[in-house]
Formats: sequence, C-alpha cells, structure tokens
Amino acid sequence: MVEEENIRVVRCGGSELNFRRAVFSADSKYIFCVSGDFVKVYSTVTEECVHILHGHRNLVTGIQLNPNNHLQLYSCSLDGTIKLWDYIDGILIKTFIVGCKLHALFTLAQAEDSVFVIVNKEKPDIFQLVSVKLPKSSSQEVEAKELSFVLDYINQSPKCIAFGNEGVYVAAVREFYLSVYFFKKKTTSRFTLSSSRNKKHAKNNFTCVACHPTEDCIASGHMDGKIRLWRNFYDDKKYTYTCLHWHHDMVMDLAFSVTGTSLLSGGRESVLVEWRDATEKNKEFLPRLGATIEHISVSPAGDLFCTSHSDNKIIIIHRNLEASAVIQGLVKDRSIFTGLMIDPRTKALVLNGKPGHLQFYSLQSDKQLYNLDIIQQEYINDYGLIQIELTKAAFGCFGNWLATVEQRQEKETELELQMKLWMYNKKTQGFILNTKINMPHEDCITALCFCNAEKSEQPTLVTASKDGYFKVWILTDDSDIYKKAVGWTCDFVGSYHKYQATNCCFSEDGSLLAVSFEEIVTIWDSVTWELKCTFCQRAGKIRHLCFGRLTCSKYLLGATENGILCCWNLLSCALEWNAKLNVRVMEPDPNSENIAAISQSSVGSDLFVFKPSEPRPLYIQKGISREKVQWGVFVPRDVPESFTSEAYQWLNRSQFYFLTKSQSLLTFSTKSPEEKLTPTSKQLLAEESLPTTPFYFILGKHRQQQDEKLNETLENELVQLPLTENIPAISELLHTPAHVLPSAAFLCSMFVNSLLLSKETKSAKEIPEDVDMEEEKESEDSDEENDFTEKVQDTSNTGLGEDIIHQLSKSEEKELRKFRKIDYSWIAAL
Amino acid sequence: MGEFKVHRVRFFNYVPSGIRCVAYNNQSNRLAVSRTDGTVEIYNLSANYFQEKFFPGHESRATEALCWAEGQRLFSAGLNGEIMEYDLQALNIKYAMDAFGGPIWSMAASPSGSQLLVGCEDGSVKLFQITPDKIQFERNFDRQKSRILSLSWHPSGTHIAAGSIDYISVFDVKSGSAVHKMIVDRQYMGVSKRKCIVWGVAFLSDGTIISVDSAGKVQFWDSATGTLVKSHLIANADVQSIAVADQEDSFVVGTAEGTVFHFQLVPVTSNSSEKQWVRTKPFQHHTHDVRTVAHSPTALISGGTDTHLVFRPLMEKVEVKNYDAALRKITFPHRCLISCSKKRQLLLFQFAHHLELWRLGSTVATGKFLVSGKNGDTLPLSKNADHLLHLKTKGPENIICSCISPCGSWIAYSTVSRFFLYRLNYEHDNISLKRVSKMPAFLRSALQILFSEDSTKLFVASNQGALHIVQLSGGSFKHLHAFQPQSGTVEAMCLLAVSPDGNWLAASGTSAGVHVYNVKQLKLHCTVPAYNFPVTAMAIAPNTNNLVIAHSDQQVFEYSIPDKQYTDWSRTVQKQGFHHLWLQRDTPITHISFHPKRPMHILLHDAYMFCIIDKSLPLPNDKTLLYNPFPPTNESDVIRRRTAHAFKISKIYKPLLFMDLLDERTLVAVERPLDDIIAQLPPPIKKKKFGT
Repeated sequence: MVEEENIRVVRCGGSELNFRRAVFSADSKYIFCVSGDFVKVYSTVTEECVHILHGHRNLVTGIQLNPNNHLQLYSCSLDGTIKLWDYIDGILIKTFIVGCKLHALFTLAQAEDSVFVIVNKEKPDIFQLVSVKLPKSSSQEVEAKELSFVLDYINQSPKCIAFGNEGVYVAAVREFYLSVYFFKKKTTSRFTLSSSRNKKHAKNNFTCVACHPTEDCIASGHMDGKIRLWRNFYDDKKYTYTCLHWHHDMVMDLAFSVTGTSLLSGGRESVLVEWRDATEKNKEFLPRLGATIEHISVSPAGDLFCTSHSDNKIIIIHRNLEASAVIQGLVKDRSIFTGLMIDPRTKALVLNGKPGHLQFYSLQSDKQLYNLDIIQQEYINDYGLIQIELTKAAFGCFGNWLATVEQRQEKETELELQMKLWMYNKKTQGFILNTKINMPHEDCITALCFCNAEKSEQPTLVTASKDGYFKVWILTDDSDIYKKAVGWTCDFVGSYHKYQATNCCFSEDGSLLAVSFEEIVTIWDSVTWELKCTFCQRAGKIRHLCFGRLTCSKYLLGATENGILCCWNLLSCALEWNAKLNVRVMEPDPNSENIAAISQSSVGSDLFVFKPSEPRPLYIQKGISREKVQWGVFVPRDVPESFTSEAYQWLNRSQFYFLTKSQSLLTFSTKSPEEKLTPTSKQLLAEESLPTTPFYFILGKHRQQQDEKLNETLENELVQLPLTENIPAISELLHTPAHVLPSAAFLCSMFVNSLLLSKETKSAKEIPEDVDMEEEKESEDSDEENDFTEKVQDTSNTGLGEDIIHQLSKSEEKELRKFRKIDYSWIAAL
Repeated sequence: MGEFKVHRVRFFNYVPSGIRCVAYNNQSNRLAVSRTDGTVEIYNLSANYFQEKFFPGHESRATEALCWAEGQRLFSAGLNGEIMEYDLQALNIKYAMDAFGGPIWSMAASPSGSQLLVGCEDGSVKLFQITPDKIQFERNFDRQKSRILSLSWHPSGTHIAAGSIDYISVFDVKSGSAVHKMIVDRQYMGVSKRKCIVWGVAFLSDGTIISVDSAGKVQFWDSATGTLVKSHLIANADVQSIAVADQEDSFVVGTAEGTVFHFQLVPVTSNSSEKQWVRTKPFQHHTHDVRTVAHSPTALISGGTDTHLVFRPLMEKVEVKNYDAALRKITFPHRCLISCSKKRQLLLFQFAHHLELWRLGSTVATGKFLVSGKNGDTLPLSKNADHLLHLKTKGPENIICSCISPCGSWIAYSTVSRFFLYRLNYEHDNISLKRVSKMPAFLRSALQILFSEDSTKLFVASNQGALHIVQLSGGSFKHLHAFQPQSGTVEAMCLLAVSPDGNWLAASGTSAGVHVYNVKQLKLHCTVPAYNFPVTAMAIAPNTNNLVIAHSDQQVFEYSIPDKQYTDWSRTVQKQGFHHLWLQRDTPITHISFHPKRPMHILLHDAYMFCIIDKSLPLPNDKTLLYNPFPPTNESDVIRRRTAHAFKISKIYKPLLFMDLLDERTLVAVERPLDDIIAQLPPPIKKKKFGT
C-alpha cells in the first residue's frame, strides 16, 4: 500500500439490485441479489444486508444455489469466472475460470457437475447457451474449459431461458420464436408466432419464459401483455397454447409457484398477478407495488415470493400475497431535478426518488432510509402522461425546514406551480407540511435557497424565477385562537430590469444575497433588501453562483454559460480573476474554502478543486467520467481523514460525490476498491461488535501500535486500517462460534501472549518519527510537484487569473516555492 | 370492361335469422343448420361449403334440437312439442309427430343411430325407436322435476346424461331409472344466482360427463360416483353449447359472450400416460351468443344469434396449409332473394314473411354529366326510390321463392302449402294488385319460379320434381304442360333458366345434372353431363343459346344447347384451368346475366365481387394478377391489351346480394352492409374492455 495511491473514481454503492432475479436460500431465510460486482445476502426477515460477497472483478450476471448443496451459491460474472460461495459465512470456496464473458447462469439438479451459462463467443450479438463442466478439484482456482453447446441464437437475458420438468427440456424465446430443446432426444422444436407484419399481432414478441415444475407446460410472456401457456410441444404440429390476458403492457417476468398450481406475472402496471390453476378467471392481485416489476422469483420452500422493481427495490411477499419486507436501494428510475443534497440531520443524501418523492439515502450503509412523499398524489404510470415533477428542494436552518417546488406544464402557457415548506418534527422524527404556496411565481422557479447563517433570527427563503422576480419568504407567526402556529409569507419581491432571475445565493453569514439576472449579478443587503451593487461581465448568462466560505467569504463566484468562471471581490466590488472553464457543476465544500467545479468537454468531464482566493486549482483530475456529470455534492466526513499531500487535502474533511447522466453515483477514493467498498466485511463486523470496554482500549492501543510499526516499515503511511488478521489468536477468538471454542482458561494464556509486544517494537518514538516524516514529505512533495506541473501543463488552456498578494504564511511560502517550478508558458496562451 | 351507370341499392332491409342448432354428419360431410325462424339448411362441406338444400321455416315451429340419425336421416324437435323428419330428396317434411311431453328442449340420437331420445318441458325423457319410415315411441324414463335442456348418450349406449335446471341426471337406458343426480353449484363469482341451467352435457366413453351451465362453468363429473372432478370458470355469462370430437381428444364450448373455447386432452408430461383437459384457444368470431357448436374432424363450427355460421379449421388436423384451412364465415344465403323487372326498373325483395316491391330512383344527369364526370362519381338523384308494395303472406309459413316478371306486371311466390300469383296494374303512379285465384292443385308449392323473357310464360319447379309451364295472357292463365321427373327419381329441381327467345328451359336439381327442355316441342332436349359439384347459378345466353353454369367449386362451364356440347371456350378454360385465386373464393356465384350488345361478355357475381368475363381476351394464368385494377386510361392501348385478360373483377360493392343489367349502360347492385344487419340484432352482452 503506497501512501495515498492515486485518487480514483469509484462507484459508491447504490448499484442496481434489480439487475437479475433474486434467489432465495433453501430455507427462505436469506435472499441473494446481484449488485454491481458483488452479491449481496439479505435477511428476508430483517431486510438487513448480512454479507456482501466480493471477489468478482466485473459485473455479476447470475447467481444460483448449488443444487447439490443448498448452503452454497454459484455466481457468474462478466469477468469470465464462476465462483462458488459459502453464503452463511460469506466465504469464497472456489473459482472456476471459464475465460469468456458469462451473461447468465443456470443450474440443474439433474446435471450434477455442470452448470449452464450464456456466452457470446463469436459475434457480439449472438449469444449461446452452453453447459460448463465444473471439474472436481481441491484447488481454489480451477480452469473450467469443457464447454458443450446447447442452444444458439438466444436472447441475452436470462428471463428468456427456462429449464423445465426436472431438466428434460430447455425453452428459449427470442423475438417471435420459442425453441424447446430436449436433452434426451437431442432435438429442438421451434414455434413461431405471426410476426409484426400483421398489424393485429404487431406486439407479439416474446419477453420472458417460465416452465412448469412438474407438468410439460411452458409459460411465455409477450410484448402485448399476453401470457401463453404452451403444451404438447413435443410435436411441431399438435402443439397448442392457451392465452391469459390481463396485463395491458408488456409482461416483464413470469414464475411458477413451487408446486406449479399458480403462475405469477408482473409488468409495468406494478401489480403482481397470481393466476391460479392457469385459468383466466381465477386470479389474485397484489396491486400498488410502486414501480414496474422487473423480476419475480419464488423461494424453493414455496413460502415466499419476491419481486424486483425498476426503482431498485426488492419486495418480499408471503404466499398469501402480503408484502412482508422491502429492500430498497438508491432509486434511479427517473431523472434527477433536485440535484444532490445532504440532509443536515441524518447526513443522508437527498434527491428525487420514486415519482413525487424525495429519497433519503444513507451513503454509509448503502441503503435507503426513507421516502418523503412531496406531491402526495396517486401516480399513474402511463406512457406520454405529463406528470407533476418535483423540481427543486432545499434544506434550511440545519435541517429544520425543507422547501420543495413541484411543477407540471402541459402546454407552454399552462403552468401549475406549487411550493411547499416542511417543518421537521422532533416527535415524529419527520417532515410535516407547514405551508403550501400555490403559484409562488408566475413562471418556473429557477433557484431556491435558505439563509443558513447561524445568527439569523428568522428563517428566510429566497426563490428566483423566470418571471423576473426573486421573492423573499420569511417565517411569521400564524397563530389564531385555536392554536399557535407559524407560517411562511412573502416579505420582499425584488427584480432587476425585468431580466429573468436565474440563481440566488446567500453569503455564509447571511448578510448578503446574490441574485443573478441572466448576465448580471446583483448583491442585496439581507436586512434592508437594498440593492448594494451589481456585477456584469458580459460573458453569458450566469449558470452557477456561490459565495466563498470561511477565509474566502469575501469572494463571489459565478460560472457562465459561455464557459467563463468569474470571481468577484465583494470588498473592492471588482473582478478578482476569471478563467476559461466550461463549468457544469460547481459545489462549495461546507467545511472548507474549497470549491469543486466539474467542466464538460467533448471527451468527458474534468474535476477542478480550487479556493476562490487563488485562481490556481488545488487539484485537477481529468476524465473523471465519459458522460456528462449532472450533479455533485460535498459530504462532510464523520471522521476527518488526514491526507497531507497537497493534492488530496481537499478530501480531508468532506467527500465529493457526483452523479452522471446515466445516474451512477461516483466518488473519489484513495483506497483500493476492495477496502473502500466493503465496509462490512467480517473483520469490520468483528471490530464493530467490540464494546468500548477497558479491553477495547487495550486492543485499540495495541492496534495503534501495530499501525506505528507498519508506518515504520512503510515509512510514509500515516493512517492504516487496523488489521486484526495479523493477530491470529484474536481473529480466532472472535470468529469461531462460541459453542465450539475451547474453555476460556485454555485460551487465556494464548490470548494474553498475543497482546504482548515483541521487543523489536519501538513504542515511544513517535515525535522524532514525525519530524523525519516531515522531511521525507518535503522530498516526496517535490517529486509530486513535478507530477503536478505536468498535470497543469496538460491543462494549459485552463488559464487562471492574476496573482494575488498575500501575507506569506508558512504554508503559502511552501506553495510559492512550488510556483517557481511551474512552467508559466501557458500565460502566453491567454 | 365498359362503363356503366350503377344503381347502388342499399334499401334491401334483409336480416337473416339467428342460428339455433347445427348438426354435423360425418358420413356425408354435411352440416344441418336450423335457424330461429324454423328454417333448416343443409351445407355440403365437401362442395365448398355450399348451401345445397333448405327447408322453409314456419312461425310456430321454433327448432330447439336437430340431429342426424341412422345414417343420413335428419330429425328436428321444437317448442311445439313435435318431432319432425325431413325428406332430403323431395325437400319437404316427411312427418311431424307429437311427443306429448310439452315443448321439446333437447334431442339426441343413440350412438347406433337406431334410437332417438327427447327431453321435454315436463321433465320427461322419452325414447323413440327409429323405424325405416317413421319413429315409434318406446318408453319414458323416470320423470324429473324440471325441463330437460340437454341430453347425451354414453358411446356404448348404456347410459345417458340429462342436463336440467340445477342438476344433471344419469339414467340407465335399460331400466330407465336415474342412477345419479349431480347438483350443480349455483354460485356465480361468489354471488348466488337464482338458477343454474345446464345448457349442455357430453358423456365421454371413460365415464366422464362434461357439463356447461349458465354460471359460466365447464365442469367435469365422474359418472360412476356422481362427483365433481374439475371445474373451469371460463365466462362471465352463460356457456350455452358443447360439442365433443369423435376421438374424444378435444371439445368446444360456446359462450353467450360470443367466444368459443377449445379444450384439448393433452398429456401431463411427455413420458407419462396421464392426460388432462386443458383449455387452449379462445376464438372470438361472434359478437352475440354462440347458441350452438359442432366439432367436425378438422374444424370447429359455431353459430349463434349474430347469424354467422363460422367454420374454424383446426390447424393441427389440417394436412396441407391451403385455402381450405382458412376461417370461413357464412352470413348470406346461397340463393337469390331478389328479382328484377328490367322494363319498369322494379326490384322485388323476398323476406321471410313478406315481399317488397321497389321502383328504382332516377337521375336527370344525362350524357353530358356522364362525359364530364369521372369514374366513381356519385350522381345526384332526381327521384328517390319508391316503395311501391308491401305484400304480406297469409299463414305462418315462410316464403320459399318469389319472382317478378320482366314486364313487371306479374308477381308470383310460393310457401310450403300454397302458390300465389298476382297481376299488377299500373295507372300513373297508382298500382293495383289482383290475385289470380283458383290455382290448380298441382301448383301447391314451388321451389323455384321463373317468368319467360316476354312474360307470357311462367315456369314453376314443384317440390314433387315436376316442371310446370303456365301460359299467361291478360289476367288469366292456362296450364300448358308438366315435365314429369324421370321415373324413379323424386329429386326436386331448384334452379331454372330460360332462354331469352323462350325456346329452351334448363333445370337443375341438387345433385343430378342439368336438364334442358325444348319449350316449343315440350320435350327433354338433352342433359348436360353430370358434374360432382352442385350448380349454384345458371343462365342461357341470348342468340347463341349457350347455357352458362356455375358450380360450387367455382368452375364455370358454357354449354351450347343447340349443339348439345360444351363450347370451345369452355373447353379451353377447362384445359387451362382457372386462376388459383378465382378458385379460392369463399362464396358461390349466385347470379349470371348477359350483355345484350356484347355477346362475348358474361356477367356474374358472388357476395364479394362482380365479374365480367370477356371471352375474346386471353385467359389469365397463375402468374398474372387476377384482381388487377382498372388500367389507367392514359396508358397506351398496347399496355392495356397486354395486361388485360378475360376476368374483369370489381370489388367495389360488397356484400353484394344481387347484380343485374337493366339496360346496355345501367347496372343495378343490391348491397347489404354487415353493420346494418348487426344494428338490427338484439344488443350483445356488454363487456368491459379492461374488465377484471
């Protein structure tokens, strides 16, 4: 582990839980689902994630229980391996290396030592179903190259393959074809539905298939919402099918119950339909599941069903069609209008969730905390319907207030606009609607911000709108004879030459309000609401506006649509510097002066971190994402990190998260992906379970010392994850189940011995060491500076403004030294 | 093809009556269909589904049951309490016999065909023995409480199942006693209905009884124990009919929602012998109640209130996927209900119980307008069509046939028991009608009536097989001659054609060939060689006296009467064969006429097209386009001639019930749009589109 590896962009949870069908354990206690590169094991009762099985180096594409040992789980991945897991303990047992990309996995109890996978070997769009013989070997990694071909030209999705009647046949659907391959006879029957040429059957395409567990019956789902039950399919001519039709839109998935007496189907209607005895008239419904049903699976014990939904949710359903548990990931179904926000109370990430809802998502536990229904109307899922959209939201007063804006625009002239203000209720621990304002503005609201100054006595909210006004809303007493109440009213309406107000922003102390009117920035006194001054750079409409913080609070930053980033000094009322940068996202760090800006170019997005006081960026990372970055946010760290390296200091107090257009939530990390993304692997579990007892302190101290020791060996290491594995006695003690442990007396001596420090460890050498390290650091720095210089050279078009004269603090001196080394040739380019 | 002024007539307010029963005869591949007005029709499925025979209805004889017994004997029973047998040769009712049990609701012939069982209103089940020329009452079974709505024999003939209201009884045929009584659940979607009517039962050889009832259920019962085995709820309305295939591997049920469901016996798994009944395909070809279904070896046949008779072939039973495997829907009768007086531009419409006489409208737009007007223009009417006459029949019997003379002064029609002849007098706009009384006894009933071109002679085909020639002069008539059928045959003649010069008369029966008589010499001139398929239409061309005959397999022959042989053109056609699309048409040709000035043209039509065959042009082969659009007039003559072939087909008018030439440049076309028929039917059961 090198000191501060390169900063890497990593995915931080929130990955899809609904990518493939979830799988139940044999006793229905656990449910498995693929999630990015991992397999997650959830408890079906508590909804908690029990284990994360990590080891695949690419997207996991299929999981199945080992039919021969129901305590084991197979998984396959695009990285070309099949892994066998012990899911109870979360241990990887074996890896079978197949070599080509695996797209889906199927197991059969009858095929003892082989599994079936979907591969594409030759051409990119042609997929084949092959059986892979898994060799019996004791070694951890086994090559499994013995592939035998079963079916060609199949659909990539595992929903389009089903094994039936104890593995006698396999059914595959694709477009308008159903192929049934009989393993014993080695023959394929093929059935074709009339294709789209006929208008009546235009949406006849197959979408999914399922096989009856005991009878020879294949159920297929279709684009037009029909379910066909095929029978007698041994004969190309005598085959027959029945239609079941309830869904009005495509059937997304089908599953037979374990006994085969009922068939489950689901689709965009968000209704789980149970067809009993496969008859059209005898059906049961579980409606209002919230989002499109993507997958349905049935537990082997037959007592539970589960549905995976497009809003990244898994619902566990009892046999009697009662939803019993919900496992909810980050909702990524729709476009994000509100941007990323941090709830000051829970530190949860807040953004658009389900239609009409705000979701509160815990980044630490990768789990949705709760949904706040903002629009409070029944959502009708229909194509082409114009819905009410939740467009803006903001937290104010340390999480006491939440303002939301929703709008619906059917035609150009018909705008429905509503602003709601929600108060946090400590008793119910939730937001309660306080004030509802219909048509707060005549046109769309473009920006919304609270005055978050600590000393402000009265909560204040400012809205800016396209109608040319910005309005100041304040909390007033709304008591009457019945009860004491507070409510929001409009306090001040401001405008500037009928220009559209595009952004608004309060300074950190709340004394100034900056409102941008297209190209012009106006500064208002927040006490008297007087226009103090205006800035105009004639460089295009202002897209982002923000005040500097802490030591840089005298600066105001504005990014324009023409790709200019401006910094004004509020004391001198003059432009301090400007730079040519096409800023897409600009976010201030609440805990430091740093501001992160993400610029968009044709090849991808680049990150710049800078302080308003100086035009030189602190850190540049090019190509953080191929796609457009839509939103970003700084999330304060619970425990500050202590990167010393200049380039990484901006990550010490906060972490930067950003959301791309395809809605993947990414962040920056210096750790290896395994470490970063496995907060709850077993050693950590053990660690967290340690109570803060005197024993803990001993252990903790011991660990620190361990760290020191490591620091010595690795020299530049400052922070090191404690490695309990290094002490076998402790790990053994903590990981062995209590009932199999030897008596405490026997363990005691071994345990105490392990805590004794060996003689070589120099325990009290911290201070001189630190000094050493400072020096080391210096030289390190110089090395890095070279790197950095190169980086800056790379971005020579990112011209930065004039120098500013400072008091020379020590650190600044250091920086100045760096400047000397910088190649200034780029100035010529300005 | 020539340009015509067309009278497009849509005021023929004809509504076929609903289908009540169908009975399929496997031996002769014929289907008997009874309608709610008592009409019974026989369709020959081998002869391209042609309706070859029909028995006119009767107001008091609502047929409730129809069955074939002892080979090809057809019986019907109805609410008047009578069992009738039909004479399929002479096309009349052989006898009617009262069963003395009140209205008869059901009837079933035993598997051997020697016994007939009827279920009556009073709850009795009566067994009849079929003797060679009659039926004989044998005995009553145990009397039940309520009417017997359905009956089915066990294939061995030892037991029968009888469906009644709320229960199914199983009888032992030997003892005539009820062995089991199986109560049907009245519950309907959780709601208790007042009664559950068992509309149909089917007894399978393994002892399973299948019942369909008014609660929308199809239920399987074990007749040995009298227990319910399985129940399929298939409809929200009544399931009204059931028919089982002879192999007992599939059956079909029809519901009041217009849906027909197919059930099949399929193996549970490929390697087990266990089989189960599975509902497979639903067919929605009807808008109204499916009152009756039949299961032929290759097709499902259904009929109901919406008057369509639907043949749905079973794809798995069809050997070759050709045109025979296509769905077939029969709505209109395969005979002409309209006759036309060319001279006075009158149309006579025949309904079940009345006749209507209409005068066609006219237009003032003359030659100039026609020259300037484009093809397909609608001409303004200067005078609307007149409803001149509404002639109601006396008595409960339906009209068999009717005709108006070409001069427009005579109308003749016939019911089963009486023949009527009227003389019409036109005085300015007034019209007076005088019945010619004292018809001779031999003119009691006619199957077909025809006037000669000069309206002086009347030709009547009676149902005894004789052809009568009657001389009409002034207000009186004189019987000239009767051609008696050949000795030994009693087959009725049902199509007549007379030559325009009045010398020749052609007559065709249901199966035998066409006979041509010399009217002048009053003797049989010749017989056209017999052909396998029945004649659907024929006519004699003017001048040449060529007889053009259309058969139900869509073949058209031209036979020269003077030469007593087929003409050269007809031989060429037969050598080369018709275009495959021509042979694949569904409906038979029902009328043939000729252009007086263009001897090479034959005008004929079926329900979906009107065709002029130009004998001077080359015949189309299978590669050429049969239904070619009219070539644009600006094309050069060379191209036109190259693409032209003998068949000029127009599909503008459909469904086309009648088309004739009024004069050289005027056509009359009588259409009956299906929507107009549906609008006159009772409303169907309302269904929600997304009902759950």
